[in-house]
Amino acid sequence: MMERQQGSDRVKRGMAEMQKGGVIMDVVNAEQAKIAEAAGAVAVMALERVPSDIRRDGGVARMADPLITEEVLQAVSIPVMAKCRIGHIVEARILESMGADFIDESEVLTPADEEYHLLKSAFTVPFVCGARDLGEAARRIAEGAAMIRTKGEPGTGNVVEAVRHMRKIQAQLNQILHSPADEVMTRAKEWGAPYEVLQQIQAAGRLPVVNFAAGGIATPADAALMMHLGADGVFVGSGIFKSEHPERVAKAIVEAVTYKDDFERIAHLSKGLGTAMKGIDVTSMPFEERMAPRGW
Amino acid sequence: MVIGILGVQGAVREHEQILRTLGVETVVVKSVTDLDGIDGLVLPGGESTTMRRLIDRYGLLDVLRSKVTTLPMFGTCAGMILLASELNEGPAHLQAIPMKVRRNAFGRQVDSFETMLAVEGVGQDVEAVFIRAPYVEQVGEGVRVLAKAEDAIVTVETDLHLACSFHPELTTDSRLHHYFIQKINQSRSISV
Repeated sequence: MMERQQGSDRVKRGMAEMQKGGVIMDVVNAEQAKIAEAAGAVAVMALERVPSDIRRDGGVARMADPLITEEVLQAVSIPVMAKCRIGHIVEARILESMGADFIDESEVLTPADEEYHLLKSAFTVPFVCGARDLGEAARRIAEGAAMIRTKGEPGTGNVVEAVRHMRKIQAQLNQILHSPADEVMTRAKEWGAPYEVLQQIQAAGRLPVVNFAAGGIATPADAALMMHLGADGVFVGSGIFKSEHPERVAKAIVEAVTYKDDFERIAHLSKGLGTAMKGIDVTSMPFEERMAPRGW
Repeated sequence: MVIGILGVQGAVREHEQILRTLGVETVVVKSVTDLDGIDGLVLPGGESTTMRRLIDRYGLLDVLRSKVTTLPMFGTCAGMILLASELNEGPAHLQAIPMKVRRNAFGRQVDSFETMLAVEGVGQDVEAVFIRAPYVEQVGEGVRVLAKAEDAIVTVETDLHLACSFHPELTTDSRLHHYFIQKINQSRSISV
């Protein structure tokens, strides 16, 4: 009898590696999921409401109704991700039991726990978590996250926060890769980063998991920009199904990520896409309305 | 020797690293002109649906299909799906290997696993990471089965091509890549 090892780091992180160079799209029903798959999405994120609607509606945002997740799971053959609230052990277990391929422990939803994140290593299903800097990324990795994404500022259509977070993570990565070994502990203290994770980064020469961009990406150019800043791939939330022509925008964003260096091609595929989502200026937004500071 | 890696999406970097440690030059193939002068092509793990969409959109599909009788190809996971002549659902892609492949055959991600496998001609203890992996349901003429996981066929070859359900690129075990390089050398000596 062959010995099978399920839920190992290699199996979970490897799943995320297979998503590299791809676009993961937020969808709220089977129809949108099929449009995303046909456009070339590497995965879909099943949600009840996209972040811009969560902002508009206010109130508590929770895991989607399992009916929606189930509908999406049945509609497509690409992987299906789903969001649970930060620290909500039972929402996470429900999604795992339903066969979600990846769980996003997400600040887009209202946190269930303001002190503790999930111990993700205890699950068989892999997790993705948001981060604003390398310390936050390293804390999530130490808890068992198999994939990191920037937090950005979801539902705004404004890429500025995703850029800020990606720049910060890359700058700190470079710093740690060029630090002598005797300086690593001090960085760990300054950044609140688990020492062992920083050591792993030094040994491997890179983050031990893939790092995607998310939060405010609205156009093909935004998506390609994030790839230029070092993202391994891109999450697009409200940017697709809140635009005038979702199918065309979805396709264009996929191609812009694949051909991030071919600017003529990106120009061509950006033509006449119609109105992108309206967007919000993050600097004018009251602090308590921001999602990125949720979690720690 | 130069080996191309289909680079529209997926585990491209991992294949590059392994091939380089084996002393092979690599090129990432994103357009038709990138295929010039390569001796073999790796089709990496990733999302086969996504790869197919992009291959279609940029005219790579017809060119790749025209090369399946001469250019040695090695497909891992999604790459195996791209190489199959028949799929359990939907149209086949490159049709390089006469075999019927079932997608996501072992289940969803929670069913993904790693194990040790005996692969004929390669080794008794090959590290194999299966991620939402396919397997081969039937093989046609000229296809040799090199490995099974439980009862499922997970590695096959023809004189020219090699395909496996799992991801050697996620491990430090380079024996399957080495085996592919040997196949390229053999096919060259036959055609010369």
